[in-house]
Amino acid sequence: MIENYEKRVINVTWHGRGGQGAVTAAMILANAAYLDGYEGVTAAPFFGVERRGAPITATTRLSRVPIRSLSQTTKSDVIIVLDERLIQTVDVMAGLRPQGLLIVNSSRSPEAFCNGENLVVATSDANAIAREIGLVVAGTVLINTPMLGAFSRASRLVTMKSLERAIGDNFKKKAAVVNVQGARRTYEVTKIGQTWQP
Amino acid sequence: MVKVRIINGNEAAALGAKLSGVQVVAAYPITPQSKIPETLAKYVESGELKAEFIRVESEHSALTVCISASTVGARVFTATAANGLAYMHEQLHWAAGARLPIVMALANRGLGAPWTIFNDMQDSIAQRDTGWMQVYCRDNQEIIDSIIMGYKISEQIHVPMMVCFDGFVLSHTVMPVELPDQERVDAFLPAYKPHLQVDGPEPLNINPVMLAEPRADARGVACPSYMGFRMRLQKTLEGAEDVILQVGREFGDLFGRHYGYLLWEYRTDGADTILLTMGSLANEASLAADQLREKGYKAGVVALRVFRPFPAEALRKALSQVENLIVFDKNISYGYEGATCTETKAALFDSGLRPVITNFIVGLGGKSVSPADLQSAALAALQQKGRINGPQWLGVAV
Repeated sequence: MIENYEKRVINVTWHGRGGQGAVTAAMILANAAYLDGYEGVTAAPFFGVERRGAPITATTRLSRVPIRSLSQTTKSDVIIVLDERLIQTVDVMAGLRPQGLLIVNSSRSPEAFCNGENLVVATSDANAIAREIGLVVAGTVLINTPMLGAFSRASRLVTMKSLERAIGDNFKKKAAVVNVQGARRTYEVTKIGQTWQP
Repeated sequence: MVKVRIINGNEAAALGAKLSGVQVVAAYPITPQSKIPETLAKYVESGELKAEFIRVESEHSALTVCISASTVGARVFTATAANGLAYMHEQLHWAAGARLPIVMALANRGLGAPWTIFNDMQDSIAQRDTGWMQVYCRDNQEIIDSIIMGYKISEQIHVPMMVCFDGFVLSHTVMPVELPDQERVDAFLPAYKPHLQVDGPEPLNINPVMLAEPRADARGVACPSYMGFRMRLQKTLEGAEDVILQVGREFGDLFGRHYGYLLWEYRTDGADTILLTMGSLANEASLAADQLREKGYKAGVVALRVFRPFPAEALRKALSQVENLIVFDKNISYGYEGATCTETKAALFDSGLRPVITNFIVGLGGKSVSPADLQSAALAALQQKGRINGPQWLGVAV
């Protein structure tokens, strides 16, 4: 985990589809960050209604000091895309700061998402991992908790230890085990274009 | 060890009611507060909360159930928002007039038409004159704490209380909240002892038609007139500030979070420019004040934690050195201006304080308000020459 970076708020925006668990992941991340000593953490869904399958966003904020801005996030330090096909229909990059971090659930390499723009890209094939370890409920492949592992690896803002505890707190024992496994495996296979500086 | 949980405002409200040992819950679902009754229903179902959860077909009935249960001596709780609160309107007057210590959580939401599910404070401000106390929370910690304190205050003075917090902005945002320990809550807030017990052997006719002049009741006891009862409610509210402050201090002694204040103040020392607001917007305003200070303005924030009873004396004190007062209202009394602006002006009148006051209507129907928005509004107000009549609408062109 990176210590002592400047005392500002890190904004993380999650892009997913209703039902993919972006909101749950945003909240687990807030929990993990708090366990890692961030005094200020918030997480919220995009304020509104949610439909299964429709594009949705959620946000996590983390800071070494209590957070005082609860208005909707317009600028992001990190953007996480749970479904890479969203990139064709939603301007997922909107609001990403220069030298921001983009993390995509994809089997492709980071270079595939970086056309010379001023950003750092990380990719992780969370779909393949979730299928492999049986993180599938009622036919739906669950990639939200695996992508938390990708976040930990690419951003170095939260530790896997805290993430695993936060995942454990969110699920019943049996589900927690496989979700933690998903995060761990994804952490291992995440490909990073270059080292990201928060 | 202090137990911290990362929870949203609705969970904080439900936990506040649970820790307060409410005995009857009646509420009807409405966005953005539905999770409060859902969570409480779960607690009742699992046996974690020994209470009766009464399902009703409307908000009007929810409050009617609470009124009945409170009348027979139960500690009761309800929650609602927006049109649900408007639907309770008639019973709000009844609960206050009957002097029942009901505590309600209100996730502030705008009223239709046009339809909105998003945040503003029009719903609770529109119920200003029902006789309820109203407190406004800055964050989720204040929600859980205010509900616990709410019962202690209400049961002492027999006036119901609305604990208001911004819908979505707080109701749906998780943040760290310290959970008060149940044993300490029990010590702080003993079981409710009703001032009037209604049961079989001694039937009572409560709140019958009152005449304009005092008269004796069925037992020959002299009773006040209608106006006499109403005057008592007003007198009680006039003295309620002391109770609110006392309970806030007691809470602080036990739990380490002090609420011995009616106004939340930020960087007001030496400030000649004050941003005045309520609820979670106080956080944004504090960031705006920081930015204004960096630019050389002596800016600070005053947020009303208590709106009824209105903290007029505290405001006069807090604003005694202020030259520019910029009031941000998430509500409007149509045909005039924002409610906190009007009330603040009225409070200042007798003291002879004459700051330049600019009123901004902000964030209606969930329109996001950032610290930068507040800062530019404040700068625009500071650059105006002379006084402006009527409120300004922040960020609305048409």
